[in-house]
Amino acid sequence: MSTPTSTALEQEHLAHHDHVHDHDDHEESFVSKYIFSMDHKVISRQFLITAVIMAVVAMVMSVIFRLQLAWPGEKFAFINSMLGDKWGKDGILDPNMYLALVTIHGTIMVFFVLTGGLSGTFSNLLIPYQIGARDMASGFLNMLSYWFFFVSSVIMLTSLFIEDGPASGGWTIYPPLSALPEAMPGSKLGMTLWLASMAIFIISSLLGSLNYIITVINLRTKGMKMTRMPLTIWAFLITAILGVLSFPVLFSCALLLIFDRSFNTSFYLSDIYIGGRPLDNVGGSPILFEHLFWFLGHPEVYIVLLPALGITSEIISTSSRKPIFGYRAMIGSILAIGFLSFIVWGHHMFMTGMNPFLGSVFVFTTLLIAIPSAVKAFNYITTMWKGNIQYTPAMLFSVGLVSSFITGGVTGIILADSTLDINVHDTYFVVAHFHIVMGLSAIFGMFAGVYHWFPKLFLRMMNKKLGYLHFWTTIVCAYGVFFPMHFLGLAGVPRRYYTNSEFPMFDNLVDVNEIVTICAIIGALSQGIFLFNFFYSMFRGEKAPQNPWKSNTLEWTTPMAHVHGNWPGPLPVVHRWAYDYSKPGKDKDFVPQTVPLEAGESDEGGH
Amino acid sequence: MNLLVLLAIILLIVAGHQLLRVIELSRGLKKTREWQISDADNNLMGKAMIGFMVVFFAFFFWQVNRWMDRSLPPAASEHGVKVDLLWDANIYLITFVFLVTNFFLFWFAYKYRGNSKAKAEFIPHNNKLEMLWTIVPAVALAFIIIFGLKYWNEIMDPAEEKDKVIVELYAKQFDWTARYPGKDNELGETDFRQINGSNPVGMDTSDARGNDDLLVKNEFHIPVGTEVELRMRSRDVIHSAYLPHFRAQMNCVPGMITYFKFKPTKTTAEMRKDPYVIKMMAGINAQRAKENKEPVEFDYLLLCNKICGASHYNMQMNVIVDSPADYKIWKSKLKAVKTVASK
Repeated sequence: MSTPTSTALEQEHLAHHDHVHDHDDHEESFVSKYIFSMDHKVISRQFLITAVIMAVVAMVMSVIFRLQLAWPGEKFAFINSMLGDKWGKDGILDPNMYLALVTIHGTIMVFFVLTGGLSGTFSNLLIPYQIGARDMASGFLNMLSYWFFFVSSVIMLTSLFIEDGPASGGWTIYPPLSALPEAMPGSKLGMTLWLASMAIFIISSLLGSLNYIITVINLRTKGMKMTRMPLTIWAFLITAILGVLSFPVLFSCALLLIFDRSFNTSFYLSDIYIGGRPLDNVGGSPILFEHLFWFLGHPEVYIVLLPALGITSEIISTSSRKPIFGYRAMIGSILAIGFLSFIVWGHHMFMTGMNPFLGSVFVFTTLLIAIPSAVKAFNYITTMWKGNIQYTPAMLFSVGLVSSFITGGVTGIILADSTLDINVHDTYFVVAHFHIVMGLSAIFGMFAGVYHWFPKLFLRMMNKKLGYLHFWTTIVCAYGVFFPMHFLGLAGVPRRYYTNSEFPMFDNLVDVNEIVTICAIIGALSQGIFLFNFFYSMFRGEKAPQNPWKSNTLEWTTPMAHVHGNWPGPLPVVHRWAYDYSKPGKDKDFVPQTVPLEAGESDEGGH
Repeated sequence: MNLLVLLAIILLIVAGHQLLRVIELSRGLKKTREWQISDADNNLMGKAMIGFMVVFFAFFFWQVNRWMDRSLPPAASEHGVKVDLLWDANIYLITFVFLVTNFFLFWFAYKYRGNSKAKAEFIPHNNKLEMLWTIVPAVALAFIIIFGLKYWNEIMDPAEEKDKVIVELYAKQFDWTARYPGKDNELGETDFRQINGSNPVGMDTSDARGNDDLLVKNEFHIPVGTEVELRMRSRDVIHSAYLPHFRAQMNCVPGMITYFKFKPTKTTAEMRKDPYVIKMMAGINAQRAKENKEPVEFDYLLLCNKICGASHYNMQMNVIVDSPADYKIWKSKLKAVKTVASK
């Protein structure tokens, strides 16, 4: 691997140059240090804090619509105070606003929290740290990536305050509903802002992903072979590749929708009579939109999941004081999941009128993806087997992730089977499935990452006891919210219904909805524990030691200060894989990657 | 309710205050550092893990016990019986996997909780084990795929029986219209440009085959034991025709005609006498009595299951399954549309 090494050396050289420069003018202005910073550590904190704020917004939205679903027609001062008299008159949620909340909740959670927030935070923080690089390949593009993300967040939030309300056609924005302003108020200006925000978001995501890929390929320090990289980096790399390949398709998908909305084209529209007149559009097909959307949409699921899985691979191994079980198989699984994720999108479309034969092909490919997923789950469990598990809050969330990954994953086998999908398609069974397997797993991964790398992010420790409390309230409430939804699905309750009370057949499900909502409220309140711990520890937490979790990876060899270029001296040299925990014949139960191999010692990663 | 919200907010503030105090205190008399995980911590968390598993599994069985008999009644269509069979096989399999893997996860989380005297074993990989849990899921999935696709192909094959009943379901914001062919058993062509007050489903006035077509709203009837071919169209946005009792669903897409065929096996009257349905309806009516609503009888339903706008939650139509004789009588009372200009 001569290329990475020589490039790394070049960067080394440049960094030294920078250092000399740094000593000349010490004073970096506030703006260049904290706002328009090109330092990966600052950018990662910017992503994290933005994502936390967006997550709070999306979470409050979910509480509002959960109140409506459990007690339709009840008057809530809370709803009125949040939405005002227009959308929460007398404290009763407006049906259009209900759909808007569901839409924006989904959009923010999927894109802004679990894509931008998760990848943006941890790819930025960990890629340079864990591969031994001074910074990202392009600090400037990295800065742009964050600021595009920021602008798109602002536009998305702005759309909440306009007269007709935000986009409300569901986060999947299927046309013609999203294309025709006559179809619903949310398809007026709100939809335009949604599309503008997403277009900018895609730019941000592409800039970030390209940077991640180039950095991982080119800037690995000496000795950091691909097969010695921590699984976090493997996960971030594949995630970035998925993003680069799929987000442009979403862009074209959105662009064609913009054309249909604003320039009277007919990509997605045909034979429509609405608002008392037939439209001119003929020849288009909404199915085309669905294909384009889900060509991103399905890889997107793994863009959300893989970083979380990478993070927990690292944490479970470190905390179990054991090498990750089946390192090679884990890499293979990531690659297999990444590849398969591109040929399964049609399983979202079994019931759309897509050719049923095509459906059969997607059944086959989708169920194949269960194999690498199962391998990952089993490998996690086996990593804990015969370990010496240290229960940091990060480890608790990692165990939570494995549990939700399994619990939500098995229902995927049902939904991937087109025959069985017929009756649960678009019901609460689906809502339960994806919230557990994707939502919970990814957010647990994100929490785990925050607790684990908080010392590197903010140089301080988060409070452990509060972390414990946060985990237990969160996992109990999370299962309390999403598990009962399976039973709503079995009773045939469709998703995105403002209320179920128009159908007597759903009258006996009132208590299910009440349990879900009560758990959602408690769960949302208990996130206050995290928010408090997060912001409090940022400023007043205990100062972190060099290597608090006794971890092997390179980020813990950098000084506990934010040094420009990460390592004050030369870059570290890597001699072994990242998982030499409890290796026989060593006095300590961890051997950092920078420790040279002894004579005759084998390297599990290098063979 | 306001009280509840107020209470929650007060609780939140109190909790925040308490947390602050706990932290300040713990900083004062700190013996362990935030990054040090003591044996006591590991012990407590390990036990909490196994405790959580017990609660989690108990919650699971509690839910099954409480809510399982509120799921949809057994399928009322021929293919639906097969769907249910396949469903059950899959559900038992995944429930087993769910319980066993979660058990191992939480059991190991408990058993191997950290201890300052213990040391983990260095087990980087084991090819035999890994082969095992690659091949076992692969074989299980092969069966799932084979049976799933077999049924899927049967269900999706076009309706071919000679005496099939054709029903067109026409969706718009926010109601359904059903259209039946008349004596010629052929539906007339349609043209969305010809939609108007007297031609709500856009019949093409140049096609005489539509002259005897029949339109119904609010409820439509189908005969038991006969193949029904649903043809779905939409006027404005995507809707989805969802007939959960028959295990039938298909989107209605503007610009396209979509199809779904099924053969109902129980009339509405028979279904109302089914013990499962009687029990379920008793539960529903008990809840309705609590809310001072009049009792209801079981009916098959057509729901919209694709977000279509503000009243998506109330876009429904009753489906009545009749005996063939009753169906004939019902249909003979319908009046032909006659929007088609006679030549």
